[in-house]
Amino acid sequence: MSGALPEPVARPMPSLLERGAARPPDALTHPDEVADPKVTAEGLSFSFGSHRVLKNLHMPIARNLVTALIGPSGCGKTTFLRCFNRMHDLYPDIRYEGRLVLHPDGRNIIAPEVHPVEMRMRIGMVFQKPNPYPKSIFDNVAFGLRLHGVPAGELKDRVEEALQRAALWKEVKDRLRDPAYGLSGGQQQRLCIARALATDPEVLLLDEPTSALDPVATAKVEELIHSLRGRTTVVIVTHNMQQAARVSDYTAFMYLGEIIEFGPTERIFLNPRQQMTNDYVTGRFG
Amino acid sequence: MSADSKTDRIQRIIARRRRHDRIFSMIGLLLLLMCLGTLVALLADLAIDGLARINKQFLTSFPSRFPARAGILSAWVGTLLVILVTACTAIPLGLAAGIYLEEYSARNRVARILEINLHNLAGVPSIIYGLLALGLFVYVFQFGRSILTAGLTLGILILPIVIVATRESLRAIPLAIREASYALGATKWQTVRHHLLPYSMGGIFTGIIIAISRAIGETAPLVTIGALTFIAFLPPSPVQPQPPFVSLEWLKSDFTVLPIQMFNWVSRPQREFHINAAATGLVLIAVTLLLNTAAVALRYRARKRVRW
Repeated sequence: MSGALPEPVARPMPSLLERGAARPPDALTHPDEVADPKVTAEGLSFSFGSHRVLKNLHMPIARNLVTALIGPSGCGKTTFLRCFNRMHDLYPDIRYEGRLVLHPDGRNIIAPEVHPVEMRMRIGMVFQKPNPYPKSIFDNVAFGLRLHGVPAGELKDRVEEALQRAALWKEVKDRLRDPAYGLSGGQQQRLCIARALATDPEVLLLDEPTSALDPVATAKVEELIHSLRGRTTVVIVTHNMQQAARVSDYTAFMYLGEIIEFGPTERIFLNPRQQMTNDYVTGRFG
Repeated sequence: MSADSKTDRIQRIIARRRRHDRIFSMIGLLLLLMCLGTLVALLADLAIDGLARINKQFLTSFPSRFPARAGILSAWVGTLLVILVTACTAIPLGLAAGIYLEEYSARNRVARILEINLHNLAGVPSIIYGLLALGLFVYVFQFGRSILTAGLTLGILILPIVIVATRESLRAIPLAIREASYALGATKWQTVRHHLLPYSMGGIFTGIIIAISRAIGETAPLVTIGALTFIAFLPPSPVQPQPPFVSLEWLKSDFTVLPIQMFNWVSRPQREFHINAAATGLVLIAVTLLLNTAAVALRYRARKRVRW
């Protein structure tokens, strides 16, 4: 450390306090323990070949609330997220260990006898870069519904409902037959969220959903995440700590494939128990 | 001043690079004109000799000892039927093999060996395929020197081209699109059927066009299996007046095709037969272009439905 530079002062995220009004009133009262988990990781480990990427993770995902996964690049947050819907199964030479239990039915998501398709039909995912299909806006949202066997007569209503929930309906209702690639990046991402929401997933996985979007589009997606609270369990990976502070109820800080600290978002940001968490959320490393 | 000399230097460098650009584009244009010129000369030569010979009599007559009474009816019907068999075997097989290799098979050593051999197969001289077909289809399976044998032979010949084109087109689809489909709970087949195939159809059609064009012009493997040059009858009609209305007897029929008819006439001493050969060449090119146009139209339709 060069002596001329002052030490950064540890301070709470200013945006967390300034934007406190936008947060739901009950957000500050989350207890340390998650009373009603939707998913629990119980000693979950994951390896690509001989490289162990996730090491013995234990944490609950609160039902119908938003859980954020934060941590520096390469810490395994996305790898963890992709365990929930078995995306890793698409690639060779991978291994899960431990349990990742989906409540209330107690299914172990990563058990070999559980078919990945079942988990992907129950758990939706939105990716970092908007990835609509090169089809019409309508067909993008309808694809998942068709996979779920929704009769053709109901498609129109269900597509509208999904687009409403994704706050995109007003912008696209007159051009449902237009190609999805004609939409702006932010609209494409909300379309992808609508596509994931259409089949009413029990859990929605968001993998850095706003990292490719501008601030206005980001704000819209964050509002949308707020509106999902109470109805859908959301797990969001984000590089943006302000975003984690704004949208989530619980936060897990990960580092080198381990969960360093998990707790209510306010406590993680305002009063972390681990030095490493404190350093990360105050911007001293990462 | 040093700033000026730096500007000068940069401008000199730019001028040199632009000169290189111009020289290269001139060489490219020249070579392109040479290629096109050769093609035009070939076509013009054929047209001068043969265009006048193409008339209704020529297209609706069987071959004859008398050049003026000879025609190519059996040859163009033969070409169309052989290509029909070829397309019906090579396209579904090639698509299926390409999809399997790209989407289903494990990425292991066996797959790599298969891949290398696939590219090798595409480069095997066509007469070798003729020998294979003579042994397999004519002698072992007893299909005879028939339309079926010829169609299957050309089918095997172009199969590697179709497979490689299918794989390349599938590979060009971004991973993100596959993941988007799988993440919604689509199975492999649903992903292939609703996303990968529709999005890669344009490229696959291009491969099929190239493959079929090559098959139409092939002569050597058909000579090897013993295609006849003098066919004075048409294969039995595929449509019958009495039930079951469809007949596959034509598959067993003897046949000739346009390039073989052409080869036969070129090797005759009489000048009139050479004119017939030129006319046949023109018809062969026309058939190729016609099939290509149809395929390009199909490709255009396939691409219009996919909107990136």
